Amino acid sequence: MSERSERTDRLSVTEHSPLWEVFVRARRGLSHTHVGSLHAPDAELALRNARDLYTRRQEGVSIWVVPAAAITASSPDEKDAFFDPAADKVYRHPTFYDVPDGVSHL
Amino acid sequence: MYGNDFSAEDAPGGGLLGEVEAAEAALREAAERGRRADAPGPDADLAGYFAEVIDADQKIEPRDWMPEAYRKTLIRQIAQHAHSEIIGMQPEGNWISRAPSLKRKAILLAKVQDEAGHGLYLYAAAETLGISRDELVRLLLEGRQKYSSIFNYPTLTWADVGAIGWLVDGAAIVNQVPLCRCSYGPYARAMIRVCKEESFHQRQGYEILHTLAHGTPEQKAMAQDSVDRWWYPSLAMFGPPDGDSTHSAQSMAWKIKRFSNDELRQRFVDMCVQQAEILDLTLPDPDLRWNDERQAYDYTQPDYDELMQVIKGNGPCNRQRMEHRRRAHTEGAWVREAAAAYAAKRAEQKEKVAA
Amino acid sequence: MNGPFDFTLSLGDDALIAAQRLGEWATRAPEMEEDIALANIALDQLGAARLLLSYAGELEGAGRDEDALAYLRDDRQFRNCLLVELPNGDFAVTMAKLLFLSAYQLPLYSALTGCADERLAAIGGKTRKESAYHLDHASLWVRRLGDGTDESHRRMQDAVDQVWPYVHELFTADPAAPVDPATLRADFDTRVTAVLDEATLTRPTDGWAPAGGRDGVHTEHLSFLLAEMQVLHRAHPGAQW
Repeated sequence: MSERSERTDRLSVTEHSPLWEVFVRARRGLSHTHVGSLHAPDAELALRNARDLYTRRQEGVSIWVVPAAAITASSPDEKDAFFDPAADKVYRHPTFYDVPDGVSHL
Repeated sequence: MYGNDFSAEDAPGGGLLGEVEAAEAALREAAERGRRADAPGPDADLAGYFAEVIDADQKIEPRDWMPEAYRKTLIRQIAQHAHSEIIGMQPEGNWISRAPSLKRKAILLAKVQDEAGHGLYLYAAAETLGISRDELVRLLLEGRQKYSSIFNYPTLTWADVGAIGWLVDGAAIVNQVPLCRCSYGPYARAMIRVCKEESFHQRQGYEILHTLAHGTPEQKAMAQDSVDRWWYPSLAMFGPPDGDSTHSAQSMAWKIKRFSNDELRQRFVDMCVQQAEILDLTLPDPDLRWNDERQAYDYTQPDYDELMQVIKGNGPCNRQRMEHRRRAHTEGAWVREAAAAYAAKRAEQKEKVAA
Repeated sequence: MNGPFDFTLSLGDDALIAAQRLGEWATRAPEMEEDIALANIALDQLGAARLLLSYAGELEGAGRDEDALAYLRDDRQFRNCLLVELPNGDFAVTMAKLLFLSAYQLPLYSALTGCADERLAAIGGKTRKESAYHLDHASLWVRRLGDGTDESHRRMQDAVDQVWPYVHELFTADPAAPVDPATLRADFDTRVTAVLDEATLTRPTDGWAPAGGRDGVHTEHLSFLLAEMQVLHRAHPGAQW
């Protein structure tokens, strides 16, 4: 048991459970909007996790998940000097999320 | 699916939800306004630009330059907040199996589930600052980052689930609503989402206590006992008095924090007094009385020595909570490894097919 | 077993006990995302249990509501299958239980939508969508654990072997019931075999087939489960919560 947990600690789990950006279509007629991110080892799990995490209150009719590493970002109104040297790291993604229009108040 | 079978009316603290919506409107309005200053050239004064954005009540976003101390403060605060959500699942989770009606069981399960979700929103917000969730989880499990001390108290009776909802979530909301206006965009947006979802948490707690306080004599005694135990620890959730608070002044200048510990604590006390009257329960403070001059209630301060002891690890449940979290993490390792191995095999197969 | 009351009660008890077991995972899941998923499934089962038990109470006509049925019966009066009351074990055992339960509930609830009883048909319409999600979730994990690491494969195969004997009870013939469980077996076998194959797992041979849940003869586990679930409710007779 201890041997296994040591092994797990050594493995960089980040590589094995990468970051995914989640986009939700709140209602028919609206475009998909970025709602947040999550970790999952593969796309299938990412999609299931997104459903549970970001649409617990039935906020969506359709979900996209995109590997954060596959996103190329630009920040048009920022000059190069504004980019921190670490800005290319995938986990420093440009936006966390917009609060979707369909969020209910409970 | 769930959450539709309890009344949303007569919410105590409903005004706070209004403030959350006002904060959301302000966030959108500030975004519409555009930058006050033109984007600076390569030789620009980055610190000056950062200060201008803060002064203009606009949001700092992940790719913006920011002082290292601002980044570190935010990472610490957001991570502690995330850890609190995750550890905070335990005291209430303790009662899921014994909830006294199926309706209460469903609500409690949904609430504990929400807390996991809030933890994940917050970890994601912290990750935008350049630290990974695995690293944050490691810091928690190694005891190098803290979580809210309130969760180191035990839930001894069902009424404690009510008291946590009313007092602990109530205090948390008073703390969190101003964070919806925090200068760091991802944190502010996470808090708006969290506060909206949490509005039901406080209501369900209040409803539990109200039902108990108007039930059998045994139930009423159970409710009073839990309020007696949770009142002062809840007051301590706002942190040490302003004079002793190390991080407050700088955080307020950066608009991470908007009100002082004592201001928020006072606000919480003032809200609770009338709510306790409606519950027909007594707040355990003989010196609690209205001060006409201050237009606020005078109240007895919580025991800050006790708070310091709990922060140091000597609360009733510190060891138990950490042990529980570590065990879940360790026992789940083989599952996470399996999922990673499966994903790697599939990715390999795909590459072969493509090649 | 006979009649709509017993049938509805047994379905409601299946869902209730499944929810209680899944709820035990809260704060203990292998990953925080999975904590949320398991809670979702527990909430679905609990929701189904409430609908079914409420309706069973109405069919009985003795004034028992969902809470009276959940909290004030002893284990000998529960009609759930043995499968759901088995302890959670490790994550593999829980996923094996969920796979078999959902592969049974999905065709069952689907068949309910076509039955003559309108209330049961409506409940089936709601719950079959949830069951499809549960089956999907369990299948996804059984594939990952079966075809993951050596350790996970071993654990998953052990779990399937351990739980398999309890599936036979689910399909005991009951021609008088609104849906005869025996008619669901082929669908169950097709779905489960496909998942096990994909997961590189071996389907156990049939042999020992414990049963008795539908007659109120349970494993030793159920009484403990109920003792915990009912303790507070029973300590305050007649109280409102």
